[in-house]
Amino acid sequence: MEKFTRLTTVAAPLPQENIDTDQIIPARFLKTIQRTGLGKHLFADQRYDEQGNEKPDFVLNKPAYRKAGILITLDNLGCGSSREHAPWALQDFGIRCVIAPSIADIFHSNCFKNGLLPIRLPLEICETLMDDARQGENARLTVDLEKQQIVRPDGETIPFDVDPFWRHNLLEGLDNISQTLLREGEIEQFEQRANRAWIPSTQGENS
Amino acid sequence: MHKPSSPRTLYDKIWDDHVVLTLEDGTCLLYIDRHLLHEVTSPQAFEGLRAAGRPVRRPGATFAVADHNVPTSDRSLPIEDQQSRLQIETLERNVEEFGVPYFPLLSRKQGIAHVVGPEQGISLPGMTIVCGDSHTSTHGALGSLAFGIGTSEVEHVLATQTLLQKRAKNMLVRVEGQIGPGVTAKDIMLAIIGRTGTAGGTGYVIEYAGSAVRALDMAGRMTLCNMSIEAGARAGMVAPDETTFAYVKGRSYAPKGEAFEQAVAYWQSLRSDDGAHYDKEVFLDAAEIKPSLTWGTSPEDVMSIDGRVPSPDEATDSARAERIRRTLSYMGLEAGQKLAGTPVDAVFIGSCTNSRIEDLRAAAAIVQNRKVVPSVRAMVVPGSGLVRQQAEAEGLDKIFRDAGFEWREAGCSMCLGMNPDKLETQQRCASTSNRNFEGRQGPQGRTHLCSPSMAAAAAVTGTLCDVRELMEGAR
Ligand code: SF4
Repeated sequence: MEKFTRLTTVAAPLPQENIDTDQIIPARFLKTIQRTGLGKHLFADQRYDEQGNEKPDFVLNKPAYRKAGILITLDNLGCGSSREHAPWALQDFGIRCVIAPSIADIFHSNCFKNGLLPIRLPLEICETLMDDARQGENARLTVDLEKQQIVRPDGETIPFDVDPFWRHNLLEGLDNISQTLLREGEIEQFEQRANRAWIPSTQGENS
Repeated sequence: MHKPSSPRTLYDKIWDDHVVLTLEDGTCLLYIDRHLLHEVTSPQAFEGLRAAGRPVRRPGATFAVADHNVPTSDRSLPIEDQQSRLQIETLERNVEEFGVPYFPLLSRKQGIAHVVGPEQGISLPGMTIVCGDSHTSTHGALGSLAFGIGTSEVEHVLATQTLLQKRAKNMLVRVEGQIGPGVTAKDIMLAIIGRTGTAGGTGYVIEYAGSAVRALDMAGRMTLCNMSIEAGARAGMVAPDETTFAYVKGRSYAPKGEAFEQAVAYWQSLRSDDGAHYDKEVFLDAAEIKPSLTWGTSPEDVMSIDGRVPSPDEATDSARAERIRRTLSYMGLEAGQKLAGTPVDAVFIGSCTNSRIEDLRAAAAIVQNRKVVPSVRAMVVPGSGLVRQQAEAEGLDKIFRDAGFEWREAGCSMCLGMNPDKLETQQRCASTSNRNFEGRQGPQGRTHLCSPSMAAAAAVTGTLCDVRELMEGAR
């Protein structure tokens, strides 16, 4: 996984609530067997008209935000389907950090697993950052994961919370699976527990 | 952390019984008993295994079925959509290569993972169950801890049979009393979401309890747990009881004989202790719940069929007013209007929320001796091949077909508009599925979520309407 340490970039403001993962990437683009190349479908229904032309007033189509690395939204970001295509699409577009007052659980953990930092901050702060973001190109935000703070364009810093486990993983770019496989002995021991004897196998029906 | 002696909830108990180890910061390595796979969220996970040269750790705890993308029309024809076909073929190649049990497309047992798992006894009480799909919460109806995961987690479970998880908070939703005629589990769940909002359950696992929940059959409990995610909760569960044990007994993949007895003895211990702590509690009076449906583009936009859609003027703040305005315009509705009497273009009876035999029976009871209004495209998509077969044995297919419904093969179908079953621009649909998001059932489509009987009523009257008016003696 790609490391995340410090990011200085333009932030795109998208002041909407309940942005579900169907919005982030509609189901018709899920027919892929790869992780890459989904950036062009990010927010497809809001970003393009029926002929497939860009809608000029959608934030990611505006010149200032075409290279945005942060997305700021209102409540309940990433609700709905568990599709990891949502963080893949964001990532492929170039977004490495999302900020919202509340972020749905599955999307939240899917972000971490793809090197994308999700930050939950109170609504007033999100609105302040959104105002910063509205100034466009020259109003860059810095997200510093090491120090757990966001630096506003005027230099003011805003602290944020992040799960220590995921912070460590992101900073180091760690792969969970190899870490877990180191605990193989404990997993095997667990599987041998007597109170699990009733659990059948899925390889063949029971009679 | 819980001391062994302090009262625990159902969730705490299943959680505790699956913790392999706890890391310093409280993150747990949680053992997973069942892992269901489908074609959309698994290809990249298998690709990851292949790249790292890892096997599937326990094929015998894993099961695969294609559902999201499969055509629900004639199965003898080739799949027209190239990409859908590639995805299904990829799944078939992967299960073959990694030795994962699988129901092929032409098997009668094929269907939506969340219908097939319980139906086959692959999903059982007391288990931890995951799938790369948010509606995995459905299986919680059995008294299991079941939740949706992303593709990276799918790969993690395939490789290690575990997941790194933090304990969630406990939420109790208690529904007491008796529901009235024409009211179903779907109406109860819509009422709950109307109350909690779509973010109300974020960070929680919901336990559904109370006499109205106990009175539900397993299909009804699955409908409740299914939509936990629409309330923001990653999992929903109902403590297993006699109804559960009777349902599980004899299912193909369920334990038999002594193993079954041992299992039941364990399952009986899986209920929340008196005095167990919940971080949040919600109470609903079943008698107050009416046949309901959604008016907007979020599952929390719930109203009863005799109500009126909101108006931006009633909103307490400007953001809310703006959202109502935007939603009404998307849905093609006027502020303050009644939904009853609004014409529909399509009716969809299906999805992992409402495609079990009990759901089809409820819909058929309304459709019997009536006709679908000619301007309406109505379809029934059974949740599995076995549900379809059972319905045919009961003559339900005939009732639907004679009335003018399309009678389809099992799959997700119009629930998410990934296969050719889609709404056309601005078409209005009464749907028994679980999401009314913008574009969910097709670009610009307008979805009203409701129960199978309400959807059936819409098909035969051509409008959204109160199902009780079609039920003898209901009023
Ligand atoms: S029926 Fe709909 S909600 Fe259920 S698994 Fe399929 S697509 Fe998802």
